[in-house]
Order: sequence, then C-alpha cells, then structure tokens
Amino acid sequence: MTDTHHYHWPHKDLLDVTQLAPADVHHLLDLAETFREINSRPVKKVPTLKGKTVVLFFVENSTRTKTSFDMAGKRLSADTFSLGKAGSSLNKGESLKDTALTLQAMSPDVIVIRHSSSGAAAYLADLLPCGIVNGGDGWHAHPTQALLDSFSLRQVWGRDFSGKSLLILGDIAHSRVARSNMHLLHALGVRVRICAPRTLLPAGVEHWPVEIFSDLRQAVRDVDAVMCLRLQLERQQAGLLPDLSEYARRFCLGAEHLALAAPEARVLHPGPMNRGLEIANDIADAPACLVLDQVSAGVATRMAILYLLAMRNEGGTV
Amino acid sequence: MLCIANARHLEAPVDLLVKDGKIVTMTPAGHQPPPEDCKILDAAGLLLFPSLIDCHVHLREPGFEYKEDIASGLTAAAHGGFGAVMCMANTRPVNDSAAVTTFMLERARQSHPHGPRLYPFAAATMGLKGESMAPLAELKEAGCKGVSNDGRPVENTELFRRIMEYAADLGMIISDHCEDPWLARGWLMNESRTSGLLGVKGQPWTGEALQVARDVLLAEYLGLPIHIAHVSCKEAVDLIAWAKARGVKVTAETCPHYLLLDDTALEGYRANAKVSPPLRGPEDREALRRAVRDGIIDILATDHAPHAPHEKDGTLDEAAFGFTGLDLALSLCWRLVEEGVLGEADLHRLWSRRPAEIFDLPWNGFAPGDPADFFLWDAEANWQVSPETIHSKSCNTPFAGQNLRGRVKHHWLQGRQLF
Repeated sequence: MTDTHHYHWPHKDLLDVTQLAPADVHHLLDLAETFREINSRPVKKVPTLKGKTVVLFFVENSTRTKTSFDMAGKRLSADTFSLGKAGSSLNKGESLKDTALTLQAMSPDVIVIRHSSSGAAAYLADLLPCGIVNGGDGWHAHPTQALLDSFSLRQVWGRDFSGKSLLILGDIAHSRVARSNMHLLHALGVRVRICAPRTLLPAGVEHWPVEIFSDLRQAVRDVDAVMCLRLQLERQQAGLLPDLSEYARRFCLGAEHLALAAPEARVLHPGPMNRGLEIANDIADAPACLVLDQVSAGVATRMAILYLLAMRNEGGTV
Repeated sequence: MLCIANARHLEAPVDLLVKDGKIVTMTPAGHQPPPEDCKILDAAGLLLFPSLIDCHVHLREPGFEYKEDIASGLTAAAHGGFGAVMCMANTRPVNDSAAVTTFMLERARQSHPHGPRLYPFAAATMGLKGESMAPLAELKEAGCKGVSNDGRPVENTELFRRIMEYAADLGMIISDHCEDPWLARGWLMNESRTSGLLGVKGQPWTGEALQVARDVLLAEYLGLPIHIAHVSCKEAVDLIAWAKARGVKVTAETCPHYLLLDDTALEGYRANAKVSPPLRGPEDREALRRAVRDGIIDILATDHAPHAPHEKDGTLDEAAFGFTGLDLALSLCWRLVEEGVLGEADLHRLWSRRPAEIFDLPWNGFAPGDPADFFLWDAEANWQVSPETIHSKSCNTPFAGQNLRGRVKHHWLQGRQLF
C-alpha cells in the first residue's frame, strides 16, 4: 500500500465512478487487496465494522450483487439486513421517499440501493444523512461493478492500465455496467472500444471517449480484454432487434473472435451470462474468462466500499 | 375618471385616462392637465403594460383541485399580469360537454367576477381519447374559444383532418400539442448527449417535428388555420417558417422556459426540470429566441402546469411533467429584456396583441375605446420564487429558489383595480 497514510476518503456516498479522483480509486482498490486476504482465511471474519448497520435495499431483482454486499458486510462483522420491493411498502404504493425515510429512522450507517430508475441512488443520497452506495440505478451507473472489474483486471495487468485496450460488447444503451466501466477505464488510461448494433447505442455516444464499432471482428482486433454485457431479452420485444439468433450471429463472442485479439486477452462478464447469446459456451469456460474472479473480486471490493463509507467519520485509516 | 400619470410606456412617460372601463386617451406625460374630478395615480418609475393573454394554461378544476383550482389559477394569472387565460380540457371530467364548460365559467365568475377572464378550450375528442369528435358546436355555444387535445395528441390523422374541417365551420382555432405517438414512448427528457449519460429514455426532436409537419401540410391542403402549441425545437421552427412562406395559415407559440433553459437542467435528475415537450439543446433555445423576435413564433404562452409537491419529489420517472408558470412568466421574460433578447414592444406583441388576434379576444392597444385592461410593472422589484411568494397552489418550477426581477404592482381590468 502506498500513500494511504495521509489519505482521507472524502465521499459520503458512492453514486458513480465519475465522482472519484484517481487517488480515490487506487486507495479503494489497494484496500480491497488487503480485504481479499481475509477471504482466503479459514475464519473469514474480522471485527472491523462491528456495531455498524448496512441495509441492502434492493427494489429491483438481484441475486449476485445483493449476496456479494451481504457477504462483504458480514465478513467485516457489520449487521446487514435486506429489504426488497416485496418486503417494503413500495408494493403498497408507498413512495421511494417515504420508504427511504423509514429506513433512515432505523439509523443505518450505509444503505445499498438497487433500483430500476436512473438517478434513484442520487435521490436517496440527497435525502438521507447516511452513506448511500449505488448498487445499480436504471441504465445509469453501477460503480461497484466497474470497481470490481478494474480490481479483476489489476490482478492480470498490474496497477498501470495505460496503453491497454478493452472492448465493451453488447447492449450499451441500456447498460449501467457499460457506462460506469467506460468512465472508470477511460480515467485509468484504458483505450475503450464499444461494439453493438446501432439500436443498442445510447444518444450522444459519439461524444463518449470511446471508439465505436458495429462489426465484432474489427472491434476485437488486438484488444487486451473483452467485456461482454448481458442482453436483456426484452430488447427484442421492444423492437430493437430482429431476433435473438440473428443477434448471436453478429455479436456473440466466440473463439474465432478472441483469436483476433491480443495474445493473453481476457474476457469479462458481469453475469448472469446468456451462454450462446452474448458469449459462446466454450469461451465462458475458458481460462481467459475472468467471470469467477470477478465474483470473488466483488466481495473484496465491496468490503472496501462499505468500510470507507461506514468509517468515514471515525478518522480511521487502514 | 382615472388618470395614471407619469407611467413609462415603450420608453416614453405617458398619462393614461380611463373611464367606464375604456381607455379615453393616452398622451405624453404632462401634455394636458387631467380633467377635474379625476382620481390621479402617480405611476412615476413604473411601466405601463396592456394586460397579457395566456392561451395555454392548465387550471386543474374540475378534478385535480389539490394541484390548482380556477380561483387560485386566476389569482396567479392576475398577479402575473394576465387579463385572460385559455384553459386546457384535460380536467376530470374532461371538458368535452357544455356541462363542464359551464361549470368552469361559473367557477370563474364566482371567484373573479371582474376577471381575469377565462376562455376554456374544448376537448377535440371525447375524453381526449382520440377516438371520436367532441360536440364542438355545443362546446362553442357554452363558451369555448378554441379546440385542443393538449397532452394527448390525436394519433389518427384522418380524424384530426376532420376535426380541423369541422372546427373551421365554427370559427374555432385548433391548438395542437405536437408529439408523434410512437417515437420514444416513455420518454423523460430530450434525447441527447445528456440523456445518454444519465441513462434515461429521451424524446428525439423528430418526435415533435413530424407532427408539426403533419399539421402544416394538412393546413395547407385544407386551406385552414392551425395553431402549434409550445414549440421546443429548432426543426419545428424551420417547418413553421417554411409553411408561412408558402402562405399556410399557421401560427405558433413557445414558452419562457424554452427561451431560458436547455436540457442540461435535467442533470442530477432534477424532476423540477421535467416538462413536455422537453427542454432541448442550446441551439434550439437560440433558434426559438430568434423566432420570437422575427415573428415566426407568433406568441408566448406559459403552459402553466401546476402539480403538488409530492408529484415532483421523487425519481425522474416518477415525477409529473410540467411547470407552474402564471406567476413567473413576465419576470422570466423580463430577464430576456434585460439581456437584450427582447424589447418591451416585443412583449406587448407576443403576450397581448397577437394572442388576441389569433384567438379573437378583446385586447388593449391603448387606443381610445379599448378595454381598460392594463397593469403597472415594477421593473426594479426583486423577489425570490417560493411557495410563499407565488399565488398558484403549486411551485413546481426549475426556477424555484431563484431571484427574479420585475413584478406586477397594480392591475386593472375593464377599468377596475384588482389590486
């Protein structure tokens, strides 16, 4: 660890990676490295956040992100409890505001929110004094995913990403994973490419710091990593795609594409995967695929995030 | 007889004489001594304006009185400088029958017997559903001045053509909210670089311009007039200019917010900046400023759309569309005057003379015999927009909390002082 003795984490909330300075990112990822070690111990628990409360407020369905946060909190000895749409009064017509104020009245230290509306995490952060972690808001941002992806890439690339190139492949328009990764990887010096049919590109993408491709074979050439995105089946129903087999024909990452990438190129996927739709079955199981490393990186990264937000006012450093 | 002395009118000090609800004369200040028995009000330092006409408001009554009602809406209008407002039909029940129109006019007469005057719009289709034509003759007889399906544009072009023809027989102008029913359903803001970064669904400008093109082509084909409501994009301005050059009887309005803001106001998911049509880009704002100066856009309107606080406090997709406008409109326009974008005479034209001409309403040109509808404007007044300083029930506006300059000090309608 370097330079962290004088470092002070300045953020009440983690809403998106765009709020982070490079020093914040490196501090957070360094901290995640130290927490990763805990996860390989026989007894995977430290008392660091004993007495702290973390609420997992997942209004939109999620299994892996919620489990990852839950495990991260428990390994630091925080009390975690979950509230979903079914368990809350949102199903009874309560507004997000009232549900959030109810949660705040229980004095949590951190609330992790997953919500289908872009901007929901920012809304909560303005409303509530406790720390808010954006666990994914609509199509907007998924900062913990981007941070864990960079954590995974650090294990392969080392600390310095400059000169590396990465292709984000799939439904960019409706992907919070794509937006947060685009911002973070660009800030860390990665040359980012995106590849998708025009119907799955967002408005104004020509202003993003990315190279845009519609042909996968061209897009993948010489890249150091490919990040596949999950295709939501509702995009086809919305008329953005003709059918799923045609999508797979154009955009499913296979061995023949990876052969065009740089030697040792890695493959990432935020999960859950649609095998044969955005990623070929054999690629999903190949050594180059970091999917399971991403999952374990997720726990360590989220431990670091919960620690930084929950201990923000305690003056502690690690 | 009343004499408003030493008021400033279009850069010159004037004395205004009023009697029996009519203008007697307006003469250079001190030009002739006021008659005896004349009540004199010294208006030095204040500007004399004709009362404004707002041809696009939502007063929410009947059905949504918690947002606004006719009494509070007309009070807001009076304090905003408006002598007449035209209210849209998207009430509950919808204004598609004489009973509803009569109810609205009766409410206005009870709360504001001396004005501001209310002119309801007739719904173009029953229940605003876009399926069958509303009884426009009955509605006209009951007191409706125009026809509009505002908020729920008529998708069926054949039906819309027939409404244009039928309304023309009755001398009713159609005000059309132009929005393609298919392009970007479920939009929350302008489709732009900002919407792409925020990750929210946008409406492209084509969603508005396609319907403007439909309307002006129908108007040309039928040789009938059409009024385009709340223009927000430069391509719609271009289409209107093109149609006017071809002799099409098209008129158009835009709103102060489209002249002052762009879609970056939505950054941070500010629900108070969510409006339909959406705030567009800076180049659209500039094109609209040119268009109101040049007269391509004929008039200004508020699209006054009050909502209760809880309907705007939430995520962007939960929030209702629209801004409160009557209290703020002229102060917002005064900002444009101070920036040199518009002149005082432009405001008279955009807010008074042209709306009266388009919708065939009485107005005050300060000629002898004109209705004595006027107000005194304190251009130096500083005020902050808040629920306490405005008269509308709702304060849903992206200008909330901002300091504005200029306010109506005194307002007369038909020679009677409202305040």
